[in-house]
Amino acid sequence: MSAAGIAAQFAELALAVLLAPLLTGWVNQCRAWLQNKSAPGILQPYRVLAKLFQKEVILAHNASPLFRSAPYLIFGSLALSAAIVPTLGTDLPLNEAADAIALVGLLALARLFIALAAMDVGTAFGTLGARREMMVGFLAEPALLMVFFTASLISHSTSLSTIVAAIAHRELVIYPSMAFAGVAFVMVSLAENARIPIDNPATHLELTMIHEAMVLEYSGRHLALIEWAASLKLFVHMCIGLALFFPFGIAGGGDWLGLVLALPALAAKLAVGGAALALIEMLSAKMRIFRAPEFLGTAFLLAVLAMLVHVMLEG
Amino acid sequence: MLQHFGPQVINLLAAVLLLLAFAMLSQRRILSLINLFAAQGFVLFLSTALVAALTDQKHLYVSAAVTLVLKVTLLPWILHRLIRRLNVKWDVETLINIPTTMLVGILLVILAFNLAAPISQLAGTVTRSTLGIALASMLLSFMMMITRSKAVPQVIGFLSMENGLFFAATAAVYGMPMVVELGVALDVLVAALILGIFIFEIRERFDTLDTRHLEKLKEH
Repeated sequence: MSAAGIAAQFAELALAVLLAPLLTGWVNQCRAWLQNKSAPGILQPYRVLAKLFQKEVILAHNASPLFRSAPYLIFGSLALSAAIVPTLGTDLPLNEAADAIALVGLLALARLFIALAAMDVGTAFGTLGARREMMVGFLAEPALLMVFFTASLISHSTSLSTIVAAIAHRELVIYPSMAFAGVAFVMVSLAENARIPIDNPATHLELTMIHEAMVLEYSGRHLALIEWAASLKLFVHMCIGLALFFPFGIAGGGDWLGLVLALPALAAKLAVGGAALALIEMLSAKMRIFRAPEFLGTAFLLAVLAMLVHVMLEG
Repeated sequence: MLQHFGPQVINLLAAVLLLLAFAMLSQRRILSLINLFAAQGFVLFLSTALVAALTDQKHLYVSAAVTLVLKVTLLPWILHRLIRRLNVKWDVETLINIPTTMLVGILLVILAFNLAAPISQLAGTVTRSTLGIALASMLLSFMMMITRSKAVPQVIGFLSMENGLFFAATAAVYGMPMVVELGVALDVLVAALILGIFIFEIRERFDTLDTRHLEKLKEH
């Protein structure tokens, strides 16, 4: 653990928390451009957050303390998971405490609390959304784990910074298994972040909504935290994808210059990634909820194939 | 450069071949199935040409060219014509549902990899590690033939099984002798034509393309 490592850790956490709404704004803007609409400003998510923080909180009569504490727990666990993913440097103090499996666990914890809170008040919509979310979650998690395991097999470690260091700082080798894992990861991320083939992030009206159905009962600063956490989740997933499949530009241990240079590299990669996400969303249609198991089953299959292909071709 | 990245690109192409085999297994629409078959042929052409360039085997260039003509253009064209003449617009019916088919497919892949592991250790080719994938895509095509009830997807399964076989031959021993290869290519072409006529005949008799009707000896 070095001074540069600690600096990288704090910089990463601050960056994730502060820039996550910007990424959401960028994705929304790209999507609006692609749909030939006039785009909202890229800072729109910040304005929404500021507005929501000023509004008063309205609670249902039968809301339990769980309902009130859930937004903080969700935001906290997602912020922690953002701190684990190496975005600027690989020498992170927190990485010795939590590896890729713990990261999946943290994401699951956030999902658990949002689903519990949605069922807490007892409205039909909340329960419906929670059940759907858990269905998507239980199918998406094994696929995500398999993607991590493929990367772990290549680098012989489940620690994310070791994986990134191993993939980033060696001579260029083509890994067919990582191609499979990459496709699987994109599919899982779309499902986990409630993006288009599984859920529509822009809807408040349809019966098909998943994420929005769960947060209907929230208002004021609670809703702001949940919205912020959703942006953070997208940011974390995109950073995981960039770290596993395009780790170039992430600084090694104790490298101050590398850390400074990693920042524009990250910004460029995120901009391209956000545009790609908007493009994927534009090109696909929302699928029926009953087709979601098939979609995620395919993702799981691809991730398993990635492991098998690694054993066969690269072993 | 070619010697360094060549085998890796062949591995990548093999992985794509396996992916396409799974995509065919999960495909519900006949038209996309034919396009996937053509894509599989194209990947096969690329990998054969690459092996030829890497190992300097002249006859592999010829087989690559045959693959390009036959499997990427001619057979898909025949199949497209066939479904246009038959006017088949419906979705493919499967006997087992698709997620189960995929899971069985994974088991087949594991089986094929285990079977191929000792053989590929004996082979001395640069492509030996792709033998398992060739075997797997053969088995997957075979399973596609089994799990589909309509005649056209079964024919496509048969043709793509030949793709896997061809890839296996390239992987294990740099391709079969030229005479055998040309013979097989001709066989496949003739088989596609005969099966096309056969399909018309089935529809003539039963008013459907469901081959399950062939299991009964008499019409009721």
